[in-house]
Amino acid sequence: MNAHVETAALHGRTPDPGEEVLAFRGAGKVFPDGTEAVRDVSFSLRRGEFLSVVGPSGCGKSTLLRMASGLGPHTSGEVVRHVDNLGYVFQDATLLPWRTVRRNVELLAELEGLSRDERRAVAQEAISLVGLSGFENHYPKALSGGMRMRVSLARSLTTKPPLFLFDEPFGALDEITRGTLNEELMRLFDSEQFGAIFITHSINEAVYLASRVLVMSPRPGWIVAGFDVPFPYPRSPELRFDPAFAQLAGEVSQALRKSHQ
Amino acid sequence: MSNEALSGREETLDPVVRDRVSRQSGVLPRAKHLLWTLLPPLVFFGLFVGFLYLVSYVFLTPERQFLLPPPHEVVDSGLLNGRNLREQLDALWDTTQVAAIGLAIAFAIGSLLAILMSQAKWIERSLYPYAVIVQVTPILAIVPLIALWFGYDIQARVVVCVLISVFPIITNTLFGLLTVDSNLHDLLTLHRAGRLKRLFKLQLPNAVPGIFIGLRVSAGLSVIGAIVGEFFFRQGTPGLGRLLDLYRARLQSDLLMSTLLFCCLLGIAVFTIVGFVGRMLTRSWFEESGR
Repeated sequence: MNAHVETAALHGRTPDPGEEVLAFRGAGKVFPDGTEAVRDVSFSLRRGEFLSVVGPSGCGKSTLLRMASGLGPHTSGEVVRHVDNLGYVFQDATLLPWRTVRRNVELLAELEGLSRDERRAVAQEAISLVGLSGFENHYPKALSGGMRMRVSLARSLTTKPPLFLFDEPFGALDEITRGTLNEELMRLFDSEQFGAIFITHSINEAVYLASRVLVMSPRPGWIVAGFDVPFPYPRSPELRFDPAFAQLAGEVSQALRKSHQ
Repeated sequence: MSNEALSGREETLDPVVRDRVSRQSGVLPRAKHLLWTLLPPLVFFGLFVGFLYLVSYVFLTPERQFLLPPPHEVVDSGLLNGRNLREQLDALWDTTQVAAIGLAIAFAIGSLLAILMSQAKWIERSLYPYAVIVQVTPILAIVPLIALWFGYDIQARVVVCVLISVFPIITNTLFGLLTVDSNLHDLLTLHRAGRLKRLFKLQLPNAVPGIFIGLRVSAGLSVIGAIVGEFFFRQGTPGLGRLLDLYRARLQSDLLMSTLLFCCLLGIAVFTIVGFVGRMLTRSWFEESGR
């Protein structure tokens, strides 16, 4: 655990839905070489809240996630995380190529010291949650990009984290796979009720998934606008064709464009 | 380094061949493919043997023919004569043992050093220059020291083997240990994994393909080391190197050539076995990127 991130005491218990899991209070980050990546970011994230962050390339979105996880500590302000156990999903699937799907999904349980049988059980559950039953003994090289990403999702689900950080997980996938995975993620969010920060380039994806969308400016990244997304969960794919959806996406797009000027 | 050249060539050919096989299924194309892999080297072999005969019978006067005996005489006295064959096979066994022990020790030392170096930049900085020094110093220059410390027996020859073959293992293992995806390291950091877990769950498995690339180069080198070592250290049972020197002294060029053949065979065998084991261990998951 990183010393710079205050992990507020919850007496070892997992926060209930609706409770705060993460808070940024005027948090900023300046790299040792003097580059200011993120400036004065404040927000609060509760369990059961889905926060999308959109912004131009290089605006410090990934840095924001690293600050939230403690991997790349902030240099000013405050980051308070109420949970130890968080799921981190990277841009790439980041699998171990020498392990089968099952053994990849077992990795975190293994690090936590679970017994063989327990590992098997949690891995099996997560694998079926992401719809990969039947592929347990495949190696990553035999899987498509979308399936690898599902394995990555399954792996992070095994620890049942109340906080999920997604760093543009579907950016490298084709439109159709991306859409399917959006719906699956939506379903998982609706059933597990974790708190999520989801970094993306796609406004459409951001609005579709999120209960709140934050728009970041180019470097140094700061929050230029925030939008509440009123559509109830679970959302159906048809929502994307709803005029209200289009209107909101348009507003986000406008805010994003304004941040460039 | 001839071994690296060999491995490079083998690897550029392989995927193309595999591709061709997978595209054309069935027995007939497979036989055709086999023919096409075997035919060129066989034709070349025939031409080479013909050239040897040409030199032996046409270019050399009979009294100078001992410089290059015709191939059938090499086979006759080197491989079909029981006493000579026995002598060479014994030597082959001796050299094989020295090379194998040397390679095993080089593997143990090399991978341990690589693991050590992978743990901290300062350790790598402190040790790596000496690994390079061991690599670039001519064995000939250290022979007197080795003789002083280890005598002239098999130990000294094993030491030569280790010195000559340890470097590729160090570099290739280290490369594998240090090229783990940084996101995976982050993932382990998030789950509070220590150095040992990092080493065993990420770094070592990641290094396996590299280790075998290093081992394959080192395997060839260890055979060279075992043979070269014998030119300096002549106590104990004779190996191929001493036999070569003996036949040279006696001007028995037919036996010299057949012994040379055994040297090549040993090198190729060790190289092939290590390559095979490596492929077996990694083929289920390891993806060579295309060309």
